[in-house]
Amino acid sequence: MKILVCISKAPDTTSKIAFTNNNTSFDENGVQYIVNPYDEWYALVRALEIKESIGAEVTIITVGTSNDEAIMRKALAIGADNAIRIDAEPTDAYFVALQLAEFAKLNAYDLILTGKETINFNGSQIGGMLAECLDSPYVSVASKLEVEGKNIRVEREITGGIEVLQVSLPAVVSCAKGMAEQRIPNMRGIMAARTKPLEVRPALPVDALTSFSSYASPATKSAVKIIDANALDTLVALLHNEAKVI
Amino acid sequence: MATLVYLHATENIGKGSLELVTYARKIDSDVTVFVTGEAPNASLETLGAYGAKEIIVNRVLSVSNNQQVCAWLAQHAANYSTILFSHDFNGRSIAPRLSVRIKAGLISGAVSLPETNGAIKVNVFSGKAFGFVKCLTETRIISLLPNSIAPELIGGTCTVREVNEQPSTQGTIAVLEVKKPEGAIPLPEAELVVSAGRGLKGPENWGMVEDLAEALGAATACSRPVADIGWRPHHEHVGQTGVAIRPNLYIAIGISGAIQHLAGVNGSKVIVVVNTDAEAPFFKAADYGVIGDAFEVVPKLTEAVKKFKAQA
Ligand SMILES: Cc1cc2nc3c(=O)[nH]c(=O)nc-3n(C[C@H](O)[C@H](O)[C@H](O)COP(=O)(O)OP(=O)(O)OC[C@H]3O[C@@H](n4cnc5c(N)ncnc54)[C@H](O)[C@@H]3O)c2cc1C
Ligand SMILES: Nc1ncnc2c1ncn2[C@@H]1O[C@H](COP(=O)(O)O)[C@@H](O)[C@H]1O
Repeated sequence: MKILVCISKAPDTTSKIAFTNNNTSFDENGVQYIVNPYDEWYALVRALEIKESIGAEVTIITVGTSNDEAIMRKALAIGADNAIRIDAEPTDAYFVALQLAEFAKLNAYDLILTGKETINFNGSQIGGMLAECLDSPYVSVASKLEVEGKNIRVEREITGGIEVLQVSLPAVVSCAKGMAEQRIPNMRGIMAARTKPLEVRPALPVDALTSFSSYASPATKSAVKIIDANALDTLVALLHNEAKVI
Repeated sequence: MATLVYLHATENIGKGSLELVTYARKIDSDVTVFVTGEAPNASLETLGAYGAKEIIVNRVLSVSNNQQVCAWLAQHAANYSTILFSHDFNGRSIAPRLSVRIKAGLISGAVSLPETNGAIKVNVFSGKAFGFVKCLTETRIISLLPNSIAPELIGGTCTVREVNEQPSTQGTIAVLEVKKPEGAIPLPEAELVVSAGRGLKGPENWGMVEDLAEALGAATACSRPVADIGWRPHHEHVGQTGVAIRPNLYIAIGISGAIQHLAGVNGSKVIVVVNTDAEAPFFKAADYGVIGDAFEVVPKLTEAVKKFKAQA
């Protein structure tokens, strides 16, 4: 089977989040980029597990600039077979989804995996948009995925339980915790990644539907009130009278 | 122009639905609610008191078939300038589809009403910052994070109309089963959360955490290493790579407060931290702190809560 995994970059989780240009852009000064954890730990690793158990070709795709090739090589080192980069600076989720769809349409993928969301924009948009472009079924925030012939069996958490779905292929699934375990690339993988194919393709002209106008940091908390470990009645009273949360 | 709210409603109308209708009404008083789910008409009618004018309920559609729900909403979308979803697991699957289908910008993870310039504040960097997003199309789709606006009762009534529209789609999605864990309060909607980390030393010590949660009527959560080593189930893991929550009260016990953990919980209104280490980074993000051993503090806190509840 043919699996396409959508990979995006995200600032390392310990990065300091600050903004420049009058709070209109993210301050990349000193920021390390990593593969978005949902894409790497869950989507990509699950795709590789499927490949190992029933055989599959795993292609990764990124809409981004040449700066993103480092994180793409990491995904190849973990085990993807080949990589596609659509050469453009993403403007919004719609823009990215249309680029991904354009490529996906050429290749009849059975399964397309995305992360649940990017940890920088937290949009959770691209998987659903891509599914609509392809007129395919979509499962968001899945925690388990098994291939069963022409279908997949997918689990996802819903209010008060876990829903088990049977979905016809081709389909798009966004992946979250539970799907797979993180893999650390080994030396052989890193060496092999250097020579794996990474194809660069031009982007389609697409007008974005949304735009970020500015950013703000959350208001700083006032200093913590320390409560004596033997005065927990006081804490309960404060939570009731002052904080009004119980 | 009018606003459309999409709701999936089973049995009773939850607080999240009241938040959505309140938000919609504040944008424009002409609010129509499109509903899937089994909720009886009588409970749907209660939405009138929060500003809904008309309810259109479609009981033949399965919410899990987002292709169909999207197609249904798209058939009616032209009459509305704002379309609202909850940014929950249903909103996350239907709203992006609809955005492509009707070519309307989607602003996801909204935490407040539109500013005067039309920009909407959203959560970004996993709660470490906010962004202001503008929609460049005439129709805008917004998905609202739970707990972002207080429901407002304004009085009023609405009509309920049942429809049976079932658009055909290409692929298929069938629900095979729903597994229900015993009695637990689902984390993303919980208003009170008690959470514990590696400071608890082992899974056998979670009884006191559960006792405190039960006394408060809270859901339980945990830090990532605790879920990774299997002390607690994965769905309890909160943080940047787990569930992001925004409860009214978050009590963190034996959790150091690493930046990745904070990212998933710093939207909480009030944070209480219990930790033996006065230097634990979590105290910087806390409203109230108790420096002490969880094994002594937690049972005492549970007693204090029980005493308070008995008096109330
Ligand atoms: C890419 C990435 C993503 C991550 N995502 C997440 C995430 O989503 N969520 C998450 O939680 N973590 C995440 N982490 C891990 C995070 O960095 C921390 O390692 C983790 O949160 C620490 O968990 P902890 O606080 O339970 O354990 P520890 O750091 O070991 O802290 C235990 C705390 O308990 C206190 N303690 C010890 N004994 C007691 C006692 N008897 N009573 C009271 N207090 C006591 C200690 O003082 C200490 O502060 C991520 C890490 C990476 C690299
Ligand atoms: N520039 C990109 N290129 C390829 N895939 C992307 C890109 N941005 C996001 N994605 C994928 O879409 C998922 C959801 O992203 P988002 O909708 O931005 O939260 C991510 O987890 C990725 O799998």
